[in-house]
Amino acid sequence: MPVIAVKNLRKRYGDTVAVRDVSFAVERGEIFGILGPNGAGKTTTVECVAGLRTPDGGTITVLDRPPRDSALRREVGVQLQESQLPDKITVREALELYSAFYPAPADWRALADKLGLAGDLRSRYAKLSGGRKQRLSIALALIGNPRIAILDELTTGLDPQARRDTWDLIESIRDTGVTIVLVTHFMEEASRLCDRLAVIDRGEVVALDTPAGLVDAISAEQRIRFRPSVPVDDALLLAAPEVTAVRRHGEQIEVTGTGNLLHAVTSVLAAHQIIANELRIEQASLDEAFVRLVGRD
Amino acid sequence: MLLKRTFTKLTVTELKLLAREPVTAFFSLFFPTILVVILGSIPAFREPSADLGGARVIDIYVGIAVALTLAMLGLQVTPLVLATYREKGILRRLATTPARPTLLLGAQLTAALLTAIVSSALAIAVGRIAFDVPLASNFAGFILAFLLAALGVFAIGLFIAALAPSGKAGNSIGTLLFFPSMFFAGLWTPREVLPHVLQRIGDFTPLGAGERALHDAMTGHWPSLLSATVLVGYLAVFGLGAARLFRWS
Repeated sequence: MPVIAVKNLRKRYGDTVAVRDVSFAVERGEIFGILGPNGAGKTTTVECVAGLRTPDGGTITVLDRPPRDSALRREVGVQLQESQLPDKITVREALELYSAFYPAPADWRALADKLGLAGDLRSRYAKLSGGRKQRLSIALALIGNPRIAILDELTTGLDPQARRDTWDLIESIRDTGVTIVLVTHFMEEASRLCDRLAVIDRGEVVALDTPAGLVDAISAEQRIRFRPSVPVDDALLLAAPEVTAVRRHGEQIEVTGTGNLLHAVTSVLAAHQIIANELRIEQASLDEAFVRLVGRD
Repeated sequence: MLLKRTFTKLTVTELKLLAREPVTAFFSLFFPTILVVILGSIPAFREPSADLGGARVIDIYVGIAVALTLAMLGLQVTPLVLATYREKGILRRLATTPARPTLLLGAQLTAALLTAIVSSALAIAVGRIAFDVPLASNFAGFILAFLLAALGVFAIGLFIAALAPSGKAGNSIGTLLFFPSMFFAGLWTPREVLPHVLQRIGDFTPLGAGERALHDAMTGHWPSLLSATVLVGYLAVFGLGAARLFRWS
């Protein structure tokens, strides 16, 4: 039984279609990623799931309820893009205030510790760095002990270290049984964190799979680069059935192909007593899979 | 129970935040009293005046100072705060929690009302102690007039907040309304000495009607049916308008 089920979601703003046709299901306890280029409809989709917008078509259920059901406000924690706090509220006041909203809130001190905010409790919101504001925003999404957390552009604006810390935090939250929906446009973040991913482009789901599954699906192709010890004729390599193309970059040769490409290439080279120096196998990344899926970068 | 705790916490937070805006807090709390002190220090204003039907200028200005507090908080502070909350996505964030954004609106209005009560009480107390301005001889009528005026003016403030795209815009619209409103409340020339036609117009403005209701109560009467109707009308029209038009994001 999925905790979130979205079927044929449609949403337009005036003449602009933000979401054309989006369907997916999020299972209990997973980290589900929604990936896509800017303007693809990711944020609109999660705003509909969070009950902030009314869809024009399709159905959404969250924990078997309609998304606008007020009982869900206790079960679903949401971290929105570009949602701030009053300039002069302190971190401590914000945490205390938001924990007063919930019947069984998390211990805000423990949460502040976990998010590295313990030293900022007396700081006013306007004085916090972008990363600290983001951490506070995450803390407020988690303060009600939600069963589902929806996090939109979680690590945008964070430095690389803070980003990695946040990823650790998200994994530790998932380990406590919370289902997480993560909107992102960072491939590294998606492949590191997400159990499954929906790739959205121009308001439609163009792929839905595990990160590894997405990569495999689009790239049966492999690439090998090396510097031969003596010059090699292209025809020699192209004679192997696995090889589809040979390209030269200075002294380096790049061989593209399918199947057991590495074995095919090394066999050809060995037969001619050629040594492959600086041999590298390039595997497709989620980045490439993504670019291939959405057809532009 | 949870609702009450949420509301209390929101109201206390709003009061703290208001106290951290030194200029706003100072003017809302002390400016009406300062006005009373300055005008009361002018000897001629402490003499009975035939134009005012034997009352002294200072007697009139305590009521005007109370109207001034309501105008500052209702027309300037409330639209600024609430439109800023929308602009910054604070109302949207609240919409994802069990605390509905309406509670924040209620908390902000309560904080403004409490501030207005303290500010008015201060102006009245200083008027009484320093310049012998008599306390309202119809106390219940005064409370009624104060509440009617507060509700009418705050409803207009909410309406501005509903329409203003940003905190700055909300404050500008409020300030634009503040000056004519306070003119009709008699801030520059007491209502009693305005030409008759301006008095009549003033009776139908929120602060003109509010000041008249306060003045009536201070001199022993109940607020007139006209003033009460005008203020309830502002509350109904602008309150409903704000409820219909208020956008959370």
